[in-house]
Amino acid sequence: MSRLALRFASLGYLAVLLLAPVGFVFYRAFEHGFWPAWHAVTAPDALHALKLTLVVALIAVVANTIFGILCALAIVRYRPPGFGIVNALVDLPLALSPVVVGLSLLLLYGRGGWLAGHNILFATPGIVLATIFVSLPFVVREVVPVLREVGIDQEQAASTLGASGMQTFLRVTWPAIRWAVAYGVVLTTARALGEFGAVRVVSGNIAGRTETLTLYVQNQYEEFNAAGAYAASVVLALIAVATLLLMSRLRPKEETR
Amino acid sequence: MIEARRISKRFGDFVALDDVTVDVPTGSLTALLGPSGSGKSTLLRVIAGLERPDSGSVLLDGDDVTLRPPQKRGVGFVFQHYAAFKHMTVWDNIAFGLTIRRTPRATVRDRVTELLELVQLSGLAKRYPAQLSGGQRQRMGLARALAVDPKVLLLDEPFGALDARVRKELRLWLRRLHDETHTTTVIVTHDQEEAMEVADRVVVLNGGHVEQVAAPRDLYDKPANEFVMSFVGPVNRMGDAFIRPHDVEVLLEPNGSTQEAMVERLVHLGFEVRVELVRDDGEQLSAQVTREQAEALELERGQIVYVRPTRQTVFSS
Repeated sequence: MSRLALRFASLGYLAVLLLAPVGFVFYRAFEHGFWPAWHAVTAPDALHALKLTLVVALIAVVANTIFGILCALAIVRYRPPGFGIVNALVDLPLALSPVVVGLSLLLLYGRGGWLAGHNILFATPGIVLATIFVSLPFVVREVVPVLREVGIDQEQAASTLGASGMQTFLRVTWPAIRWAVAYGVVLTTARALGEFGAVRVVSGNIAGRTETLTLYVQNQYEEFNAAGAYAASVVLALIAVATLLLMSRLRPKEETR
Repeated sequence: MIEARRISKRFGDFVALDDVTVDVPTGSLTALLGPSGSGKSTLLRVIAGLERPDSGSVLLDGDDVTLRPPQKRGVGFVFQHYAAFKHMTVWDNIAFGLTIRRTPRATVRDRVTELLELVQLSGLAKRYPAQLSGGQRQRMGLARALAVDPKVLLLDEPFGALDARVRKELRLWLRRLHDETHTTTVIVTHDQEEAMEVADRVVVLNGGHVEQVAAPRDLYDKPANEFVMSFVGPVNRMGDAFIRPHDVEVLLEPNGSTQEAMVERLVHLGFEVRVELVRDDGEQLSAQVTREQAEALELERGQIVYVRPTRQTVFSS
């Protein structure tokens, strides 16, 4: 009885808060059939926004993957003095509101800022910086516990057998952490694609130039082009579903290993 | 020849090694024996280069290797918890040291085949470590360490995680292996029986100091101090004297030099019987007699007997 209630409660919660709103977006996007929606998402500004979003996400994912692995290795294996603080700082983007992130970049690179005048704000570099900032913790947070669990024995064994640091990483450490890295990459991608607040502050929000897909949705909605907003939302939702599917395919592999 | 000279190592406030000097002669099988926290594993890891000493130096065959990283020392290391490469097959684990040295493929094949035979894992080359028993994993670990023909073989409590029977088997096997190859070997253990059985020299460590270096037999018969005496075997104390249980004679009649005691418990250990006694002054005492002696004396609980040490050791302090 209570189990049934629990099941209904959790399913109901998900339905009301997740499925209904997202489902409604899908419904509204295709309300007038497939073609109007198709035309909305293939409009030049929409395509540019999609392309910008994907490029920014790609750069952010590559940067945060490399940084994430190095940072996790530093936190778990090498522990340079003072790295406890770094370990705590890595979580900052999770706690800090993206708007604050955007504002701080504005202060740093904007007129009168320390690093003003490098053509960063209101251009792609600014969007990339903001996106990297907000999607920074995921690879680190996935890799750190796996490195801890694997332990240092295998790496030390490799070094006594003559392996250099790089050989040890490629042949021993990497195979142990690769699924954690993949999972972190999926989360980073999802976060990078969906970022809105920080990007809105630093991008200038110029249609066809610095407008990402999330900004495009907002702008279209404000300009009373609801069809365009819904269609672009569907594209974002589909990318999200694709990443989730990828993620659920990665998880079991990771567990059976 | 391994020479560890005046090695000191601390971890925070804990002093793991305090000015320790140990020599390991070429071709010997030396055990580092001591309780946990005695510094034995740290010393082994310092020799391997896995731990850098705060002071002191390590020489391998006369070369000062103190600052050399482990991959350039030519040592084979066997870990207590195997440290098997989990995502590699047994074959790839053993071949690891050879393949990273870009050894020709045919040479790798011959060497790994030979090692698989040596450690009796020939049929299991394609298995993954998770599919092996603990004993098999550790044999794989040994083969992996031997593959690169190390100058010295270092084993850190290699049988500590195995059950008693497998441990005994592997001990004998390691001893035979050493008799064939004569690789200079150092084994760390907290088990005095293991040290005595497998090694020809035993270094007893305690609290970061060397207490004694001796052949197993001398260690037992001529312990340098109280610590070694009580660490390498069971011991009774009577005043200032230390007596091994098998050096306690149990008699039914007093004869002048004996002391009265009561049998508290009899523990049957196969061929031998351990007699737990309480002396008339209330002190515990344990004696070890053969089963025949126990039967001849008709020992039973609560019985009054007379005991006398046939051999005792007194340390001048």
